[in-house]
Amino acid sequence: MAEHTVKAFDEDITRLRGLIGEMGGLAEVAIEQALDALVRGDTELAEKVVARDKKLDELEAQVDKLAVRVIALRAPMAGDLREVIAALKIAGVVERIGDYSKNIARRVGSIEVSEKFEPLTLLPAMGELASEMVHDVLTAYAARDANLALEVIATDDKVDAFYNSIFRNLVTYMVENPATISSAAQLLFVARNLERIGDHATNVAEMVHYAATGEYPPDDD
Amino acid sequence: MLNGHQIPLVGTLLAFVTFIVLLSTGSGFGLAIAVFIMWMGSLVLASSKPPELPARKKQRPFTSANMKPLIERASTPLLVTENNTIASANRAARSILGKHIVGQDPRLVFRQPAAIELINRGRNGSATARGLVRRRDIWQLNVQTIDSGLAVLELINKTGEADISRAHTDFVANASHELRTPLASIIGYVETLSEGDEKLDTKTSQKFLGTIQREATRMQNLVNDLMSLSRVEAEKHDQPEDPINLSAIIERAARDAAGSERADRLILVLKKELSIKGNRQQIEQLVRNLVENAFKYGYDDTPVVAELALGRADHARLTVTDQGDGISPQHIPHLTRRFYRTDPGRSRASGGTGLGLAIVKHIVERHRGHLDIESEVGKGTSIIVRIPLASANTDLDADTKGKDDGDDTQTNADNHAPSLPSSKAV
Repeated sequence: MAEHTVKAFDEDITRLRGLIGEMGGLAEVAIEQALDALVRGDTELAEKVVARDKKLDELEAQVDKLAVRVIALRAPMAGDLREVIAALKIAGVVERIGDYSKNIARRVGSIEVSEKFEPLTLLPAMGELASEMVHDVLTAYAARDANLALEVIATDDKVDAFYNSIFRNLVTYMVENPATISSAAQLLFVARNLERIGDHATNVAEMVHYAATGEYPPDDD
Repeated sequence: MLNGHQIPLVGTLLAFVTFIVLLSTGSGFGLAIAVFIMWMGSLVLASSKPPELPARKKQRPFTSANMKPLIERASTPLLVTENNTIASANRAARSILGKHIVGQDPRLVFRQPAAIELINRGRNGSATARGLVRRRDIWQLNVQTIDSGLAVLELINKTGEADISRAHTDFVANASHELRTPLASIIGYVETLSEGDEKLDTKTSQKFLGTIQREATRMQNLVNDLMSLSRVEAEKHDQPEDPINLSAIIERAARDAAGSERADRLILVLKKELSIKGNRQQIEQLVRNLVENAFKYGYDDTPVVAELALGRADHARLTVTDQGDGISPQHIPHLTRRFYRTDPGRSRASGGTGLGLAIVKHIVERHRGHLDIESEVGKGTSIIVRIPLASANTDLDADTKGKDDGDDTQTNADNHAPSLPSSKAV
């Protein structure tokens, strides 16, 4: 982006983007650790994830404040305004992603984990894919890379495929092992949360694409 | 006046005055001149201390501008930050993190909480962060702060070390599990053959020997596959550097996999002049695995199509399509896992090791590409591999271009490699 006459404006925008980056990193780690805690039945780690979500909320408040201040003081136009608005929206979405991870972490205590709890084998792979989407979409945001954003959008199909696969697996499992229904039902919610995280990452990717090109990505299907 | 020797004027005058006085007091001209020469000589010697170096007077402070050339050629990724902005990044850093990072907030580039905590602290120190560049990689960050808000960040890749130890344990686990089955049946049949020598007729023993041979071959395939999987995994994190021309390699590997009896079922639609940074053997193996799979799972007498085209965003796209039973959607996410089989009996019967797609996946990952599987039950399966073109990020060193265009010339040379006509053999 071209430099502005008022240097402080550039600094504000850089800082705003930095805050978004920090939020994204937190969200990414939250997904990974929530699933780690789930697989290992580690309630301590789960509590840490829940506690760390506060930091995300704080950062979102900072982004809000800074964005409002930039709009009020500098009255940005065109691309700059898009940048600020995109930051505002992305911060909201990333905060939601953090909430979903927190939600997964909260369930850790109520899922009985045994070594051979079969439905648990697929979730980590799905979580990996979801956190990869969050990672990539923030890289796309940092690089203003519309192509990478499109790739993230394409990855969402894979997450959805995972969700469908896990859903079927779990339903079959519940039919066969009625004793574990309460745990399996919790896992359904976990899968659902991951699927939502994928959708939100897709949303961010659309915004990144928009901020980079001024156009929303075409709908393939 | 001698260069660097400053003879004090007062001393010279004093020597001269003494000379005059000596002359006037009548000490003789010889003595007077001798004293003068001695005096002047000692003055010259005493003043020959070298002057202060001019450079030392104006000491230049570090600035982001003069640090840039200092770090540029280092092979470790190095960054200079100034007041929470990345002021410059050397070539190694740009190649792993992207050109865009200069001028950004380092928090947007690193993002991992451990790294951010280190940067925010604003003091010297180091931290270990996971997933800094790609997923699951491990980097050590070292921060050295200099005066006036400058700091130098060093990135050290620690992924390889962690990876190798994990690859070893994985290998042992996989190998012991999958090798036991064929070994058990080989041992069983050999025992039967050696014990019941007289009672067995030749037909039965031939059958047993056939089984032994089949199982041994399967084991051999398995060991080969396991070894190539381990190899690819071990070097997964260093991206190949040599540009290779895809169409020739794909053509050869695909024909190789099809063999003479299935050659007429193979359809190649290959766009020429696409080169990627890759490892020739691994790309060949990737193509062989995909084409073999396509023949294995496609219906008899249906064509297998391998298509190479220019994908979006500077990627080369290879699609291998068969017409067969297809794969139902719930299996697709698992396909690249080791030893995963949608239909165990059938896959084993056709001689599969269960590692083919896992190897493909790792090769694609090493080449920083993407693997997609599209399938429709009853119609067939398409496996799509996308790998970034070699030219995709040659503009990395925009400022150092001209000095080393080695990449481009190599690419051209490679294009002259024996490339068979990309035909549509039907």
